Amino acid sequence: MRRTLAALLALALLYAIPYSTIRLPGVFDGPLDSPGVLQLLAVCLVFAGLALSYDLLFGHTGIMSFGHGLFVTGGMYVTTILVNHAGYSLLISALAGLGVGLGAAIVLGAVALRVDGIGFAMVTLAFGQAVSLLVVSGSPGLTGGEQGQTLNAAAVPAALSGIRNTANLYWLALAYLALCAALLWWLTTSVPGRMMRAVKENQQRVEVLGLNPYLFKLLAFVVAGVLATGGGVVYLLLLGGATPTVSGSDFTLGLLVMVVLGGAGRRWGVVAGGVLYAYADQSLTRLSGSSSVAALPGLLRGPLQQPLFLLGVSFVAVVFFLPGGLATLPARLRTSTMPIRRMAITRRHRVTSGPVTGKRQEEVAPRG
Amino acid sequence: MSTLILLAATGLGLAALYFLVASGLSLIFGLMDVLNFAHGAFVAVGGYAAWTVADHVAGTLGLGLALIAAIAGGAALAALTELFVIRPLYARPLDQVLATVGLGLAIPALLQAIWGADPRTWTLPGWLAGTVNLLGAHVPTVRFLLIAAALALLGGLRLLLSRTRAGLVVRAGVENREMVAALGIDVHRAFTGVFALGGAAAGLAGLLDGLYQGSMSPGDGTALLIFAFVVVVLGRMGSLTGTAVASAAVGLVQQFANYLSPNLGDESVVILLAAVLLLRRRDLKGRPA
Amino acid sequence: MTASDNQVPRIAEPILRISELTVKLGGSAILHGVTFDVAATGVTALLGRNGVGKTTTVKSVLGLHPVGGAVRFAGIDLRALPTHRIARLGVGYVPEDRAVFCGLTVEENLRLAEPAREAPRYDFVYELFPVLRERARQSAGTLSGGEQQMLALGRVLLGPARLLLIDEPTKGLSPKYAGQVALALGRIAEHVPILLVEQNLAVVRRMARDAVVLDMGRVVHVGDARDLLADPGLTNRLLGVSP
Repeated sequence: MRRTLAALLALALLYAIPYSTIRLPGVFDGPLDSPGVLQLLAVCLVFAGLALSYDLLFGHTGIMSFGHGLFVTGGMYVTTILVNHAGYSLLISALAGLGVGLGAAIVLGAVALRVDGIGFAMVTLAFGQAVSLLVVSGSPGLTGGEQGQTLNAAAVPAALSGIRNTANLYWLALAYLALCAALLWWLTTSVPGRMMRAVKENQQRVEVLGLNPYLFKLLAFVVAGVLATGGGVVYLLLLGGATPTVSGSDFTLGLLVMVVLGGAGRRWGVVAGGVLYAYADQSLTRLSGSSSVAALPGLLRGPLQQPLFLLGVSFVAVVFFLPGGLATLPARLRTSTMPIRRMAITRRHRVTSGPVTGKRQEEVAPRG
Repeated sequence: MSTLILLAATGLGLAALYFLVASGLSLIFGLMDVLNFAHGAFVAVGGYAAWTVADHVAGTLGLGLALIAAIAGGAALAALTELFVIRPLYARPLDQVLATVGLGLAIPALLQAIWGADPRTWTLPGWLAGTVNLLGAHVPTVRFLLIAAALALLGGLRLLLSRTRAGLVVRAGVENREMVAALGIDVHRAFTGVFALGGAAAGLAGLLDGLYQGSMSPGDGTALLIFAFVVVVLGRMGSLTGTAVASAAVGLVQQFANYLSPNLGDESVVILLAAVLLLRRRDLKGRPA
Repeated sequence: MTASDNQVPRIAEPILRISELTVKLGGSAILHGVTFDVAATGVTALLGRNGVGKTTTVKSVLGLHPVGGAVRFAGIDLRALPTHRIARLGVGYVPEDRAVFCGLTVEENLRLAEPAREAPRYDFVYELFPVLRERARQSAGTLSGGEQQMLALGRVLLGPARLLLIDEPTKGLSPKYAGQVALALGRIAEHVPILLVEQNLAVVRRMARDAVVLDMGRVVHVGDARDLLADPGLTNRLLGVSP
């Protein structure tokens, strides 16, 4: 109950942002209701939603997909192509995009999930690569190749176009995030959702119960895929066009980073991870141009201007020093007497203090 | 006919590159069960180290020094990675993979910061820049260099594995590393060695890839890595011969298919991977699934 | 002599002393505080039904599982040591599935096990198991079960072994091979103390001196092996089989 209230409160606060003129210097380049800031926040919210969809796969059901970006790509490109080349309305195209996403998720999931673990990761990587190739070099006339393709502005409803309406786009992104969160909340607490978590923890136990883990994994895959496709459509509207960067392996890895950074399986953490990642990604060029960074020696400045460098490093840092992600930070701060160096050098797999209770040996065999 | 020869030579040249990268990956996974996403970074570092040396020292001498730089650079980075990233996470395999993913993102970005995103051109010395007339086809000399390097590596590795004690330990460790430890052998030293060896081969691949393309970009290593993964999965992990055969298959298929239709080769390789994984009844190490 | 209330009889100078060993695997506790000693000579049999934790106990000594409790080998605390160092101290391991390296030849399997500093005792090994010399160049994967067992045993005898942990050596072997292996074990036991996990009670009766019985991850009986097997009622209750 408390969780729901907190979530509703957060939703209300987020909803109110376009009405606020608060300034956060250093964080944002203007008041909260300015188009630039709203655009940035909108992207953060979409990425948070995408991160949630990936978390359903990775954090909740325990399947590591390296092709999740292909759904975002599908949502973006199918919609754009239908609008630009086939002349359908935005709504129809978007729905068609979702339909394609659904179909692709079912087919690809059904096929890929027949393999486990690393094999599955490789297959999804392969599928992601195939889509990326299609988009970038397959038919440049249709997809715009490496440059991507702008969405025909005439097709976008008036309420969503133009700088004046950035707030509407922001609310659209917020609606997407809210939908993702609500749907996943409901799903993970439902019976199939708990089965998915069981599959992650111990697949054998699920089989022993007479259930088929494959079906639950497929369900997770399809739901995650459709949500990601929807995110692709929203992202398309935010950017005003389709871009091939979402099809690359870096983008999917970015989703993984978001989830691990935030805390796999922990919703609030994942949302935070998505927001932080998107913020860093979008703001880095701005930050790197700032006076404080420019004052640094060239050796330091260069790498700091590379978003992937910072992300890669923070990723490694999180894995080493903050396993479990940011979501575990509150708990850690509470027990701050624990040594920071949590990683055990466990070449020897040793637990040096085990659950030895000091109880003496129990009564052994009764006297014969 | 000459087209056929040219395609075959190019395909085998690519196969050589893939083998250089995949052999290390395959041994690493076979022995340590680590899927090393940072391997592409080793390629890139080797390539840039070599390029920088060749940029300062001209001609064939420069190329020779560049060769040493590439191999040393790749090996050093790999050894450091194993010691400071892989080893501490030995008990947490998922986190191990994630950490290598992080490195695989960070290191090419670092390279980009230092050398810039634009491709750096390689100027080949005269004897390398020409072509060789093979049965009427004009095959660029570089292709032969690639193939020669890969064959040398294959031969060297086979000798190492079958004739040395270290090789014995690795072969046994790929099968059952717990038992190797139970026989009193410190398997972890083999880990670092295998990682460094993989890094050395990867660094060499970085140099040769640069020569093959005529230029060097920060993302080259990662691009090669994906094909290397395909090869490693197709040929059995930990099997050198399997990796060699798979490299040849992938390189040739890619070249011939690309000739029939642009990009068909790249896409078919990717589909081939999916198909093989799904049809195969054995797990990645060739054991019954 | 059965254990009295709450007290497991401790041997004066054991080669291996296990105290309150607890092991958790995959979230469930397998061993709940196992305590017993292994004498410095002869064969100590580790008995019990399937799944009670015998193999887990043996693997814990070698450091293949994280443990709570204490394991002391010749006075040395093994908990802080990695597996290969424990093996180097002279603890040999012959696992249940033999774990010979199938891709290597018999000769290579043996070579791998050669000690670092001392001269390998090939004479002793080939004398015990002449078939290993005959099949030196053969790939270990093509050996029969019995021959693989001999290879697994031969491996741990090349170096100066001070304690052997042997897990079900006669399992799945034809009577001919089982007999040969048992014979060899008897000869080996004259030189090295053995902790033997075995379900084959005929083998146990022939060569074991002490018996430790586990049930549900705990020690439920410690005593003379022959006494135990001479008591059908006790044997049946503890092991579920007739002796």
